[in-house]
Amino acid sequence: MRHTISMLLENESGALSRVAGLFSARGYNIESLTVAPTEDETLSRLTLVTNGSEDVIEQITKQLNKLVDVVKLVDLTEGQHIEREMLLIKVNAGGATRAEIRRVVDEYRARILEESETTCTIELTGASETLDAFVTAVSRAGIIEVVRSGVSGIARGENSLRV
Amino acid sequence: MELTGADIFVRCLADEGVEYVFGYPGGAALHIYDALYRQDKVKHILVRHEQGAAHAADGYARATGRPGVVLVTSGPGVTNTITGIATAYMDSIPLVVFSGQVPTSLIGDDAFQEVDAVGITRPCVKHNFLVKDVKDLAATIKKAFYIASTGRPGPVLVDIPKDITAHKCEYEYPRTVSMRSYTPVTDGDPVLIRQAVDLMLSAKRPMIYTGGGIVLGEASAALTELVRLLDYPCTNTLMGLGGYPATDPLFVGMLGMHGTYEANMAMHECDVLIGIGARFDDRVTGDLSKFCPHARIIHVDVDPSSISKNVPAAIPVVGAAEPVMREMIKLVNASDRKPDKQALVAWWKQIGQWRAMNCLDFDRDSKLIKPQYVLEKLYQLTGGDAYITSDVGQHQMWAAQFYKFDKPRRWINSGGLGTMGFGLPAAMGVKLAFPDATVACVTGEASIQMCIQELSTCKQYDLPIVIVNLNNRYMGMVRQWQEFFYDRRYSHSYMDALPDFVKLSEAYGHVGFKIEQPGDVEGAIKEALKMKDRLVFLDFITDQTENVYPMIAAGKGQHEMHLNPCKAVVPTDRELA
Repeated sequence: MRHTISMLLENESGALSRVAGLFSARGYNIESLTVAPTEDETLSRLTLVTNGSEDVIEQITKQLNKLVDVVKLVDLTEGQHIEREMLLIKVNAGGATRAEIRRVVDEYRARILEESETTCTIELTGASETLDAFVTAVSRAGIIEVVRSGVSGIARGENSLRV
Repeated sequence: MELTGADIFVRCLADEGVEYVFGYPGGAALHIYDALYRQDKVKHILVRHEQGAAHAADGYARATGRPGVVLVTSGPGVTNTITGIATAYMDSIPLVVFSGQVPTSLIGDDAFQEVDAVGITRPCVKHNFLVKDVKDLAATIKKAFYIASTGRPGPVLVDIPKDITAHKCEYEYPRTVSMRSYTPVTDGDPVLIRQAVDLMLSAKRPMIYTGGGIVLGEASAALTELVRLLDYPCTNTLMGLGGYPATDPLFVGMLGMHGTYEANMAMHECDVLIGIGARFDDRVTGDLSKFCPHARIIHVDVDPSSISKNVPAAIPVVGAAEPVMREMIKLVNASDRKPDKQALVAWWKQIGQWRAMNCLDFDRDSKLIKPQYVLEKLYQLTGGDAYITSDVGQHQMWAAQFYKFDKPRRWINSGGLGTMGFGLPAAMGVKLAFPDATVACVTGEASIQMCIQELSTCKQYDLPIVIVNLNNRYMGMVRQWQEFFYDRRYSHSYMDALPDFVKLSEAYGHVGFKIEQPGDVEGAIKEALKMKDRLVFLDFITDQTENVYPMIAAGKGQHEMHLNPCKAVVPTDRELA
């Protein structure tokens, strides 16, 4: 099953490689991983999407907790939470396809960041499935590049991951 | 007054109470070596290869319970310690390894003797640090010792660039450490401990299975008290030997691949399994689908990730072995419920029948020296009170089976990683820690050659170790597997062109004896034990065909053991029922 694990890491060089190294050393999957500093510059917030059986997920969270640089961890999948991902996509937009692309962009409430004679660069933020659907919808035009940020997650309501 | 990083380094070690540093100098560590020269609090032991430094510090740590300390230079200095670090990591041994590094300005430039020490050690350390500012040096060293020796212990590496050891700052060694991201637990959850005790007391066929956590957690006294209070059988893993006194009637021997018949059968038949400070490793469990089929399992471990990793626990208790068992003892004493006496009588009767198989017995009429006989004699002649280090292979298993450890920290071996070459340098660390104790290294002619250069270190520091070399001219355990599972195709397991170990020992300035007759075994060991001021290398020419029994082959259950052919054939389950 797919799990979204969120953690606070010491913002130190090498901390990310400890997390990534753990996954490769123990043969766990990483579907996506995002990391950036928080408002407290000594901490980074990392969101990791993985999948595995309940036993494997339990081991993953235990092993992550064991890393000295991991300050706190929560499996967001255990509660109500929000996940968002950002997509940057460049597609062919010459001639008649441009109108069609604009229509799809409006439908998905995406945003055109830049247009050239033959291309169009679009931004869309949303759930991963929405991004998947959007990519499919514009694929007929011809995709030049896809850049996805990976999932960021946060708990709903009053739940939070803080030190 | 401001001190250089190098002087701060040695002051930190002294303030940490470090007695010995095992190391080898080199360019990036030269400022530190100069600081070592100018002080007399910390003693440096110069090894002949950095792997030896790591194993020696490891042996010191296993014997004393205090962290072992290693100092090496950058590049090959630190890569040579990797095997030793990984050995300590697998067995949860507190080790602090300091490596010199090229100056910060050269890091990443492929400088001479540069290697990414933090990156290359990351998968086999509990944690590691690169010191980037001399002001962080003392605090980092304090943290390294703290992390290495608390919770589930393990090796910590501190990589120190050369310029940091020249930079100056005020020195103050921190008295305490507090890390928001590292807070090891000790006491277990009282509710779970109560549930565990209830389940323990409901058992008809209980089994207590303990591992290295008992030794590391100084929990032998608590374990002994708990086991005797309950009158339950107790088995130890390879790492846990000495955790419970081996000569006690409640001890059923080591379990696992080469464990005793009674220990493995009792594991298979038990209805409640109490695992403490053990990690249900594959050499213990055999085929997981056949493991303890009737048992509800209690698992106590200081490392939550050890619990339910291989075998799901009905009652998981995260906590250190000692306080958790103390709590259990209190609850058992306070409980109205007592162990089921009647059930225990029947259970012990059954165990007695398994024990009567005398599974470790061997052919005593052989004209060749049987390795088991050598170990039996070593045990008798040292009064069971020696420190025994071992290398890896058949001799290791025989030492574990035949030397009955009544005390913890006497059995020093590489259990998890299985590192050949561990025994001799580990014995050096033990001998330095306990100069008046008898320290014997049980080894084989293949293992001993992996760190044989340390005989030179033993000469320099006058370390009178007894080396018990069980020389069968084969990598014995490899040969055994090839005999059993590869149709006797002995592919590259034969050691041709062996050195004359007697002459080799003499060349290093030691004493060597070659023993070829069973009748000479006892005399040779006695002679060696008498020479208290010399390292004695006993080269026993043993029976090449001897195998380690009992043996659980890969993919088999614990109850499916091969027994020594000199014993009766394996009884079937029905016969045992």
